[in-house]
Amino acid sequence: MKNIRFKNLFSLVAVGLILLSSCTKDLNHIPANSVFSDSVYSNAAGYKTALANVYAGYVLTGITGPGTSDIQGVDAGTSDFVRCLWNVQELTTDEAVCAWGDPGVPDFHNMSWTSTDPILIGLYARCTYQITLCNSFISHCSDAELASHNITGDDAAAVQEFKAEARFLRAFQYAVLMDAFANPPFATDSDAIGPLSFPKQIKRADLFNYVESELLACSSSLAAPHQNEYGRADQAAAWALLARIYLNAEVYTGTARYTDAITYSKKVIDAGYSLMPSYANLFKADNNVNNSEVILAIPYDGINTQTYGGTTFLVNSACVNSTYAAGSPGYAMSTADYGVPGGGWGGNRSTANLPNLFPTPDTTVDKRGIFLNSPGVTEVITSISQFNQGVPVNKFTNLTSQGVEAEPNAGGTFCSTDFPLFRLAEQYLIYAEAVLRGGSGGDATTALGYINLLRQRAYGNSSGNIASSDLTLPFILDERGRELYWEGFRRTDLIRFNEFTSATYLWPWKGGVQSGTGVDSHYNIFPIPITDLQSNPNLTQNPGY
Amino acid sequence: MNLRRLFMSLLLLVAGSFSAFAQKTISGVVTDSATGRPLPAVSIIVQGTRTGTQTAADGTFKISVPANAVNLVISSVGYANKIVPISSENIFVSLTQINASLNDVVVIGYGTTTKKEVTGSIATVSTKDFQKGSITSPEQLIAGKVAGVSITSNGGQPGAGSVIRIRGGASLNASNDPLIVIDGVPLDGVDFQGINPNDIESFSILKDAAATAIYGSRASNGVIMITTKRGRSGKPMINFNTQFSVSKIQKEYPVLSASQFKNLVDSLGTQTQIDQLGDANTDWQKEIYQTALTTDNNLSIAGGFKNVPYRISGEYLNQQGVLLTDNLQREALSLVVSPYLFDKHLKIDINLHGSNTDSRTANTGAIGNAVSFDPTQSVYSDNKTFGGYFEWMTNDTTPQPLSNRNPVALLKQYDAENHALRSFGNIQFDYKFHFLPDLHANLNLGYDVAKYTGTTNVSVNAAQSYNSVPSLRGQDNQYYNNHTNKVLEFYLNYTKDIPSIKSNINAIAGYGYYDDHYFNRNYYSFSASHDTMPGSKPSYPTSFSDVTLLSYYGRLIYTFNGKYILMGSIRTDGSSRFGPDYRWGVFPSGAFTWRINQEDFLKNSNVVSDLKLRLSYGITGQQDGIPFYSYLNYYALSGNTSQVDFGNNYYNFFNPPPFAADLQWEQTATTDAGFDFGFAKNRITGSADYYYKKTSHLLASVFVPALTNFGNKLTRNVGNMTDKGVDFNINGTVIRNKNFSWDVGFNFAYNEFKITNLSVSQDSLAKAASNIAVGGIAGGTGNTIQVLSVGYNPYTFYVLQQVLGSNGKPIEGLYVDQDRNGTITQPNDLILYKSPYAPFTFGFTTAINYKKWSLNTVLRASVGNYVYNNVASNTAVVRNVLNPVGFLQNAPSSLLNTYFYNNQFFSSYYVENASFLKMDNLGIAYDAGYLSKHSYHLNLSLNCQNVFTVTKYSGSDPEIYGGIDNVIYPRPRVFTLGASITF
Repeated sequence: MKNIRFKNLFSLVAVGLILLSSCTKDLNHIPANSVFSDSVYSNAAGYKTALANVYAGYVLTGITGPGTSDIQGVDAGTSDFVRCLWNVQELTTDEAVCAWGDPGVPDFHNMSWTSTDPILIGLYARCTYQITLCNSFISHCSDAELASHNITGDDAAAVQEFKAEARFLRAFQYAVLMDAFANPPFATDSDAIGPLSFPKQIKRADLFNYVESELLACSSSLAAPHQNEYGRADQAAAWALLARIYLNAEVYTGTARYTDAITYSKKVIDAGYSLMPSYANLFKADNNVNNSEVILAIPYDGINTQTYGGTTFLVNSACVNSTYAAGSPGYAMSTADYGVPGGGWGGNRSTANLPNLFPTPDTTVDKRGIFLNSPGVTEVITSISQFNQGVPVNKFTNLTSQGVEAEPNAGGTFCSTDFPLFRLAEQYLIYAEAVLRGGSGGDATTALGYINLLRQRAYGNSSGNIASSDLTLPFILDERGRELYWEGFRRTDLIRFNEFTSATYLWPWKGGVQSGTGVDSHYNIFPIPITDLQSNPNLTQNPGY
Repeated sequence: MNLRRLFMSLLLLVAGSFSAFAQKTISGVVTDSATGRPLPAVSIIVQGTRTGTQTAADGTFKISVPANAVNLVISSVGYANKIVPISSENIFVSLTQINASLNDVVVIGYGTTTKKEVTGSIATVSTKDFQKGSITSPEQLIAGKVAGVSITSNGGQPGAGSVIRIRGGASLNASNDPLIVIDGVPLDGVDFQGINPNDIESFSILKDAAATAIYGSRASNGVIMITTKRGRSGKPMINFNTQFSVSKIQKEYPVLSASQFKNLVDSLGTQTQIDQLGDANTDWQKEIYQTALTTDNNLSIAGGFKNVPYRISGEYLNQQGVLLTDNLQREALSLVVSPYLFDKHLKIDINLHGSNTDSRTANTGAIGNAVSFDPTQSVYSDNKTFGGYFEWMTNDTTPQPLSNRNPVALLKQYDAENHALRSFGNIQFDYKFHFLPDLHANLNLGYDVAKYTGTTNVSVNAAQSYNSVPSLRGQDNQYYNNHTNKVLEFYLNYTKDIPSIKSNINAIAGYGYYDDHYFNRNYYSFSASHDTMPGSKPSYPTSFSDVTLLSYYGRLIYTFNGKYILMGSIRTDGSSRFGPDYRWGVFPSGAFTWRINQEDFLKNSNVVSDLKLRLSYGITGQQDGIPFYSYLNYYALSGNTSQVDFGNNYYNFFNPPPFAADLQWEQTATTDAGFDFGFAKNRITGSADYYYKKTSHLLASVFVPALTNFGNKLTRNVGNMTDKGVDFNINGTVIRNKNFSWDVGFNFAYNEFKITNLSVSQDSLAKAASNIAVGGIAGGTGNTIQVLSVGYNPYTFYVLQQVLGSNGKPIEGLYVDQDRNGTITQPNDLILYKSPYAPFTFGFTTAINYKKWSLNTVLRASVGNYVYNNVASNTAVVRNVLNPVGFLQNAPSSLLNTYFYNNQFFSSYYVENASFLKMDNLGIAYDAGYLSKHSYHLNLSLNCQNVFTVTKYSGSDPEIYGGIDNVIYPRPRVFTLGASITF
């Protein structure tokens, strides 16, 4: 008995010692179905999927479906790039007003936003998130890292092209931050990601120089115009963005750059793009097919690329199922007519000012006026929260150019329409405006010709053509409204024409007053969101907030 | 881990032989000295040995004792021990009841102690004090029984579980759940599903650091130690316990009646809207609720087989929910065996519990829809498109996409079946060394495994799963996941009395290993016709996750002269949730106890029978509740609806979530000062404690500087939170005589906690100004109603201050302009206003016994807690009734107070005082005693649960954890008839 006992005791102690010494490695767990950066960036194909992640930064809200988000402080479905940008650029203007009381939304049209606005938090976080993805991607493109993975020859060249695209996207997002927030924090691929650090703030003019230099530098490594895959940036995208920031340079830096705007818009115009014959088809669900006009678009798909933002937001927020009854407010509308039979969120429509830019508030004369003009539509908005007051805008639709719902299996809400970030028409307008504003290197006759190309498409013939005497700066602003409305330009345009905050141009409910009122000029720039201001002591709030 | 080798060694140990050594047989009867009734389950032990038995149901016992045995020790919970000389072969003993025995065993971490020697703040609740009635989940047994422990059930759905908070909690984004330890095996989280409450003997609630620090790793929010019932040697005792319950909802959520609704639409609606009114008068809440029946049957056999105590029990529970279609059935089995081997040097405890739970869970969305569905519509319609149910349509075939759905159809066209198999248990070896009996080695191997499977079917013609493509209508989905929790604990315990220096030493040193593995199968989604839903292809067929903790710990308790007790403990834990350089945390504690009544000046006092001072300080850690891998910079694949289009080819991609490589343990330092007291021979006992908890390295999800991480918000160690309060409880016997007794118990807790820092920035301005929006509400997109704000309770409401008219009613859209700038804007005019957490909680229990009758009740109160009435804020507005897009919705009756046209989500009007007084339980029991000698003992009881609620809150139930009311599943009033027979 005694021997057995001691043997047992010995076993216990021995087992105990084994346990004590052998288990610390059990604390190293790795999540299922995951990888680390060395396998993501192990070959050229891996770099391409990593590039897809960089682009996903402005396409999606999150990586595991439309209800998820990469960023917080804003509702997940609202957190994609286009939805945030659109709210900021359009709801603040005459072109759009939203019926919803969702946090931050009413403040845009009322011009009373603050640094806690969730959608401002969202746009800021979205831009800086995609910049971080770009910085991370670029930092993996060093010669040393490529060599360590034996990526050489054509593969290495392809990676350099990917890197140029990441630099373009980073410059694009810094340009958005420069336009909206003026003085954002700043970090590049040489800054570490992960450890707690406090990026320095950059001044708007310095950021302009950075964006310009990056675009100039990366454009030589980008694919030639039309030579990249659909959905990816090429040289023309970099030139188009340069033209856009040069047009607004005076606002950003105090120094006009109209000559450069002419130079770069001309480079795009001469790169082989042509206007799509049908204006309406630019905003339909098959606008990814044979699109001769678009330079860079954000592609969506009702099944494979789902988000509650993007064009799904633009289409659904602008329609609702409703019926018309004589004597009652409201009009007949069916969401099925916009390719979203399962959707229709009844939020966004226009104030009277937008249709008033057109000869008639519909497509009968100018085909760009895609408004509902039927019994019950009333331009007058007495209560912003009533969707059936104001003018319905149905420019974006989930129907194809053949008039059928794009992807019925998607459930009738998610849209397949792509959102144009850069298209030829804007470059025509930049060219003309830069000439009118005194830039050199272009001429008024060419400018008039470009504008009349837009007019001919809009009217179907030359009846809408204008004479050289008609080509004035106010005309350009109105023509930009007619051509580019709801595409995310309006706030920037009004600021460039000094009509955004001033009382010289009013629209219904501007400044929270039905007849419209001017507001303080500090609203030309958005506040740095409180979430970042409180976590980064290097930031100073913009003036007036 | 080399568990297999370990088991082999242990099997060797077990392979010994039982030894028999009986010399003479003693028999007898044990009775209650006051009532003369025989006492069952009294422990009879031969003094100085471990030979023992227990009395049978009729109080009789029979025991074989060695020829040289002198005395028997007779003991029973609630009675004073008695030592009886073995003077004859027939012994008659009467035991005297004591109110709260100082010798009651108290379960502490890694051992037991007695009530008189407890060093920490520990509350014990055992069988006789449990809540009565139809209790189907263990935690409900102690609701309202312990000061500072709040148990809020998640509503009345069968199997719904509860939120448990001990002294309010110490964390923000990490878990605030206490650690649950069953028979020495820590569970992963608070998961009582499938555990039979009838198998539980007692709860020990460890509140202060002196008690909890030995569980360092997960003890910041307190520890609840559960001991299951076990057998005692003696002849088998069979107990059959049956209950039959009837449940009905207490109160419907108050809404407009059909005629009030019709009047509103007629007077304010457009002609289109008036035309949408129906002719019916439907009480939708009445349509969705039922009178629910529950039966619960328990059979247990406990006794000793060849001196091996055992207990076997089985349960069959069949519980209907008050919501139509809700049903839960549970079969539970448990086996407990506690043999001694090697001359009683090795004690083995085997606990095995298993259960199978089959439930059909109703679509609880029907509860909110029943509040808001148009009462002028009937349940059924002539249009058969949706199975004959009335639904709002845009045309003859399409349901209105934005409208609510027929509540009855939501229930009847939805069938979610769940099957849960769970088993947990442990085998514990306690070995007393042959050459050094003061030293014990204890090995505890535990497991908890569960498998969850189920299906969800929605009819093809259900509006709730409508799709414009006919083949994609309805649902036919399934799920599968399982969980494995493995526990190994090994410790050495040395206890030594050293009379020469009046000292006692009790030391332990141990090691623990805890591993959890979660496994999940990912399925496609299917329509009712089993067509694949587009985009539902899972990226991977399966997924899993793991978390592991390793611990080393030690504790020394030194007692001098039976009066002064010093305790010190230290524990170090490593967690897989943290990186290698940060994963080990050290958690020390110390405590001093002074048994004042042992001093000469009190020793002979007739008034003070017990007085003890307890002082303790300790640090505990927290890492539960945060993501498993947030320190790692890993990449995860995007889902199939989240692809990127390059040239019309869709790409899945790898994406890095945000990460914090330097994440580390959250730490809570707790200071506790308390008294335990007893007066008048312990007819009055109680305790009072003051505590102060300071949490540092708080794990909180905070915003980080833009451009520094893959995301703008992540879990980091920031800031601090403090939590302080008072617990007090007192129990007393008001009257006790032969036929009549009256006992009362009262407890009270005050708790106050606030955030003291929340920013990653060290900038003092940023530290003070951080506000993190939390508490998402229904209505609109992305609205929140609460904030985490420095200097305030977490989850304080953040609202606009409503202005009332001269009639006392709120004026729509009129708020106090806090910054006096002439306009109402957020956040400038928002105020921090009230908290959802009650600073004051009270519990009151009383029991009256008269002869064979007893009457008992439990009252519980909560004072100072507020609830945001989201049902009212979201739906009690005219605009919601007269929805402009083609349907009507009903509204809560509070619409008639406000007549708000538009939603005023941020109005302080909706933050209501939800203080309440509830009678949880009122019961009467009849102890029929022994119907004839040596036959069976019968107990009958009739109980009512959720007897009444006193509150000013305007919704259906003020008790809402988190403070945002979106119509809780009603906690029904339950009438239970029970019978218990013991053979």
